[in-house]
Amino acid sequence: MITYNGTQLIEYTKALADFLEEHNYNLKHIAVELNGKIVKRADYARTKLQDGDVLEIVTFVGGG
Amino acid sequence: MTNLITREKWYQDLFDRQGALTTDKFIRAKVAVCGLGGLGSSIAISLARSGIGNLHLIDFDLVELSNIHRQEYRLNQIGKRKTDALSELIGEIAPFCQVKLSNAKLSQNNISSLLTDDDYICEAFDKATSKAALAEIVRDNWPEKILVMASGMAGFSPANEIKTKKIGENFFICGDQKSDLNQGLPLVFPRVKICANHQALLILQLILEKD
Repeated sequence: MITYNGTQLIEYTKALADFLEEHNYNLKHIAVELNGKIVKRADYARTKLQDGDVLEIVTFVGGG
Repeated sequence: MTNLITREKWYQDLFDRQGALTTDKFIRAKVAVCGLGGLGSSIAISLARSGIGNLHLIDFDLVELSNIHRQEYRLNQIGKRKTDALSELIGEIAPFCQVKLSNAKLSQNNISSLLTDDDYICEAFDKATSKAALAEIVRDNWPEKILVMASGMAGFSPANEIKTKKIGENFFICGDQKSDLNQGLPLVFPRVKICANHQALLILQLILEKD
């Protein structure tokens, strides 16, 4: 199980890139932290999610 | 009148209100404000009023009429660089705040050189892509720096929907995280300012928490 955005527990063992695609994230509008560390956009495909991971995905919207 | 206010007097009044220890921490803090629009101009003025000693103001843009309705600038500043205009305003309020100006557009190429000296980084851009890019670079280069971001403050929705949230160690976001400028919502001064002051207040709290 991975912990996703604080509260949700999800069974997931594929790549982070797959997770983001399946959850319809716009890759240009997010920041992803895995176990407290930022994952760079270039590393989404090669980052495999595994049991016990803590995944935080922040979505940014325009305005400032 | 301002000529009669010495540095000592300016700070003495802050000491009296918020205590010497607090004020001393604020004087030593180094805060960068990235983007000097509705959020950034308000954040910078709030921090300057509170006695933050070092502000680094970063923007490449000029003041325009369309800024006046939701940013801190004055009509007579139209055409000036935002860095210069905001520095003038701060000078009229907190003349002893050390203001460093970077008239630059932050990009992957210059972020690491521009933000090296700053301990606290306020993100105050308007585009979602710029926000995401800054988060990636700052968190990757300097996980030890405090990063306070903003997302979701457009429109007329209730103020109470704007929250401060901790994402991770040294990483925070303020806003309702949904009200998107690109959904045709207008940016309205009171709501933008509420979000800006979530950011400013959080910075002050985090400075105080640090030994």
